[in-house]
Amino acid sequence: MDFRRRKSLWNISNQGSTRFIALPPEEFDLQTDEIVVNMGPQHPSTHGVLRLILRTDGEVVKQVQPEIGYLHRCAEKIGENLTVRQFTPYTDRLDYLAAMNMNLGWALCVEKLLGWQVPEKCRHLRVLMAELDRIASHLVAVGTYGLDLGSFTPFMYCFREREKILNLFEAVCGARLTYHYIVPGGVMADLPPGWLQECSRFLDQFPPTLADLHALLTTNYIFIRRTAGIGVLPLQTAISYGCTGPVLRASGLRWDLRRHGEPIYTQMYAPYDFQIVAPQEGQYPDDGISPAVPDEAVLGDCWHRFYVRMREIVQSVQIVRQAIRFYQEASGTVGEPMKIQQKLPVAEAYLETESPKGQLGFLIVGQGTPIPRRVRIRSGSFCNLSVLSELCRGCLVADVPAIVGSLDIVLGEVDR
Amino acid sequence: MVSQLRERFPEAILTENLEALDPWVQVAPAWLRQVCFYLRDDPQLRFQMLHLITAVDYLEKASSGPETVSEGHFELLYHLSSLEHRHRLVLKLRLPRWKEDRIGQLPEVPTVSDIWPAANWHEREVYDLSGVRFVGHPDLRRILCPEDWQGHPLRKDYSMSHQYQGIPGR
Repeated sequence: MDFRRRKSLWNISNQGSTRFIALPPEEFDLQTDEIVVNMGPQHPSTHGVLRLILRTDGEVVKQVQPEIGYLHRCAEKIGENLTVRQFTPYTDRLDYLAAMNMNLGWALCVEKLLGWQVPEKCRHLRVLMAELDRIASHLVAVGTYGLDLGSFTPFMYCFREREKILNLFEAVCGARLTYHYIVPGGVMADLPPGWLQECSRFLDQFPPTLADLHALLTTNYIFIRRTAGIGVLPLQTAISYGCTGPVLRASGLRWDLRRHGEPIYTQMYAPYDFQIVAPQEGQYPDDGISPAVPDEAVLGDCWHRFYVRMREIVQSVQIVRQAIRFYQEASGTVGEPMKIQQKLPVAEAYLETESPKGQLGFLIVGQGTPIPRRVRIRSGSFCNLSVLSELCRGCLVADVPAIVGSLDIVLGEVDR
Repeated sequence: MVSQLRERFPEAILTENLEALDPWVQVAPAWLRQVCFYLRDDPQLRFQMLHLITAVDYLEKASSGPETVSEGHFELLYHLSSLEHRHRLVLKLRLPRWKEDRIGQLPEVPTVSDIWPAANWHEREVYDLSGVRFVGHPDLRRILCPEDWQGHPLRKDYSMSHQYQGIPGR
């Protein structure tokens, strides 16, 4: 039942086909009509309930208009009716593929508003969880991207590895998708005994999978032909549309909030040694695993966006290894979750963190009660998706799934 | 930075708070576009990235019957940053909750979607959820709610209708 009636769903002009046959042979020419194609919201390659309205001329896309809102769950309105502590589980449901990072962004924003500091051990534990979740999120991005382009095997490999990360998370907090683990004031519980050994075991057996993925996708001739030079996003366009995360970095800017963000966030990552993955003059620093850039790739195209994620997985593995060490060395507690009825000051706090999909920002406007006046969520996927109509102008219909997949959006975060 | 702005636009900058968690300046709505062009293009400032536009509803409950116009105002926030100089700034605009205090008349503010294309979707969202009309916006439609939705859900006096397309609410 179509109870969310929207105009132009049935606006498909299809007069061309019958007249085409009726033409006499000498006029049987390359005359094409403009056809409006409706893609989604139940299309598998749109990664959720995204609807695209394509205006096509033959195989060429003249205009793409994304229609969002099919997964709108009023998260901001809910935030105005609950205390900030009660709202924490709702942040899980934004980007459900990286719920740890969503929890982290919210927790840090509340702590910024209240002027809190969490103990050192808690900070390292948070980094550990956030980076593990970044690996899981990028594995989904990479795996489903292969699926979009017709390659099934890498998807299975990615989900096999992600499954192991989810098992680790389940041992920590009991949930496999919506964790509600990092909360304002600290984390919900310390690690169970033996968990760090399990985590190390995972990290030790993981890199060979990356080599497999590089063989199956990154250096695959068909994959390169489908992605290199497609959907090129110039740096200036990326910045003006507010694109962030791997999408911005693939356009050639070395910009990562883990290094360039606000002090409350960067101090977490200050002791860690990792590279910001971004091409400089088409080249990346050597990390020992990743293959070279093919000649066909253009700065800011789909291939680079994919490749930046692959390399960020390597960096995150490094960070997790360091986090295990720092966590073991640190003394003290893992923090105390805040009280449900904690009063907020009459002030505003806005904080952006680097989530796997882009920069995630939370705005809290306190009004002196435990319930905030306003909660605003700025999601990376929302801004990254808004550039889609710019990217798809003039591309082929078959390239649209390649471009949408390379942006790596999650509709839970777009629609909130 | 703010003194530079004050010098350039003496009438535009109303108040400022640089001690806040996120330092902000309050701009007169009529000057918004000039200030934004200057912020983006001045080589000392170069605010190339617009992170967020949002509206905060400061409704104060009306004292008497339904005839009285509810008191209060809207605050529009623009979060800007410069990747080059690594600084950030928040612009605040103060708007009436209703244009000319007539209920149902949405307040108006000039668009910045031609200055930062990122503003296009943010302004659509503010229009959809908070009910602020952006004059000059190329495509001001609802973005998250269905097109025939009634009202603007993030207004504090919003109450959900009991039925939508035959589906009972509540």
